[in-house]
Amino acid sequence: MRIFDPHIHMTSRTTDDYQRMHAAGVRAVVEPAFWLGQPRTNVGSFLDYFDALLGWEPYRAAQYGIHHHCALALNPKEANDQRCAGVLAELPRYLLKDSVVAVGEIGYDSMTAEEERAFEAQLALAQENDLPVLVHTPHRDKAAGTRRSLHVVRDAGIPPERVLIDHLNEMTVGMVADAGCWMGFSIYPDTKMDPDRMVALLKEYGTDRILVNSAADWGRSDPLKTREVADVMLAAGFGEDDVDRVLWRNPVAFYGQSGRLDLETGSEAGPDHAGNTIKRG
Amino acid sequence: MNEPAQEWPAQAVRQVEADPYAIHRLFPQAERRGGPGARRALLGALHGDHAVIRGLYEAGDSGERLAILTALHELDLGGTAVGLVEDALRTNDARLVAAALGPYGSAWLDDHSFRQGVLKCVFMSIPLAAVAELDRRFDAELARMLSDYAAELRAAGRPVPSDVLDRS
Repeated sequence: MRIFDPHIHMTSRTTDDYQRMHAAGVRAVVEPAFWLGQPRTNVGSFLDYFDALLGWEPYRAAQYGIHHHCALALNPKEANDQRCAGVLAELPRYLLKDSVVAVGEIGYDSMTAEEERAFEAQLALAQENDLPVLVHTPHRDKAAGTRRSLHVVRDAGIPPERVLIDHLNEMTVGMVADAGCWMGFSIYPDTKMDPDRMVALLKEYGTDRILVNSAADWGRSDPLKTREVADVMLAAGFGEDDVDRVLWRNPVAFYGQSGRLDLETGSEAGPDHAGNTIKRG
Repeated sequence: MNEPAQEWPAQAVRQVEADPYAIHRLFPQAERRGGPGARRALLGALHGDHAVIRGLYEAGDSGERLAILTALHELDLGGTAVGLVEDALRTNDARLVAAALGPYGSAWLDDHSFRQGVLKCVFMSIPLAAVAELDRRFDAELARMLSDYAAELRAAGRPVPSDVLDRS
C-alpha cells in the first residue's frame, strides 16, 4: 500500500514519526505552511520557516524514504497581525521554488477583512505562478466560512479543479462537491473527522476528487490516520484500487497540476541506506 | 514534471548577461525549465559578481545552494565567497557539507575551519573522498583530531570508519 498524505505539518513531528509513517506505507507528503502554536511577530520568522520547509524538512523526510513537497502562504490567523503583513511581498520569490506545489493554507480563521484581503491576494499569486490552491476552512462557524470561501474562490476566477477545500465534514462536503473543487478531510483522534465517518462519506460521495489527510501538527493528532482510513476502507468493502485512488492517485493528480511534483528522485533509498541517516555533525 | 525546453537556458543566459538581477527570478526555476546544467550556465553569466551570487545563495533552497557551492571554483570569485562555504558547513545537510569541502572550500577555508569541516564529514558519514585536496591540506593537527575521535569511538565500543583509520 502506498500513501500520500496531502496535508501534514512535519516540522512539528519527530524523526520517529517519519520512521513509523514509512513503515505504514507513507511515501509522499505535502506540508502546507501554517501557524506554530505561538504566534509569529515578524516577517523573518516566516522566512526561516519557509526555508526549513524547502531545505531541512525535505532532507529529513528523504532519509526515511518519504518525498516531501510544500505549499507556502501567509496563513489566515497571522494575516490579522500587521507586523506579519510583509510576508505577502516575500511570497513571489518563494513560489518559484521547485518543491512548492501549491499556495496554502489560505482562507479564513475568524473571517476578518484582513484575512479576506490576504486570501484574495494569494489566490492572485497562485494564478500568476500557475499553482493550485489549498484552502483551510475555519473551525469556528465552519459552514458559513466554507460557503464564503467558495464565493471568494469563484470570484477570483480560479478554476475549481485547481482548488482543494480542506477540513471538511458532513456539514460542508456537499457545497464543495457541487462547486467542483477537490474535497479534503482531516482525520483526528478527537476533533475534525474520524475514520468511520470518513468511510461513510466515501460511500455516499464516491472516491472522485476526495483527499484524506492526517493534518498532524503540534496538537493532539496522529500521522498514521491516513493508514487507518485505508484499513477501515478495506474492511468496509472498498477495493485496493479505491484505496490507492483516494490515498495516492488523487493527491498526485491534484498537486501534479503544479507541474513540479517529483516522486522519482531522491527518496528511493529508504531508511537504512548506507550513510543516508540523520547524523549530527 | 513538465519537460525542460531546449531553448530556455540560452534565452535565460542572455537575460542575465543583460541584467544580472534577472537571475533571482530565473535561477530557482532553471533546472525544471531548462534541464540539468541550466543553473551552472546562469552562474557563469554573472562573471564573478560576488554580491549577486551571495544574494542568490541566501535566498536559495537546498538545490540552488548545492548548485552554487559546486560551481564556486569556476566563477572567478577569488576568496570573496568563503562565507557561503562557512554557512553551508553550519547546516545539517550532508549534501551541502560535502559540497562545501569541494575545490573552492579546500582552496579558501582557513586551517581551523577546514579541519572542523573534515571532522564534521566523519561525523555525518560523508566519505573523506568527497573532500577536495585533502592530502594537500592534511596536517598534524587534523591527524590528532581524527586520532582522538577514533579513540572516542573505540572507548564506546563503536566501529572506526576505514577512512578515519587510514588517517589517524
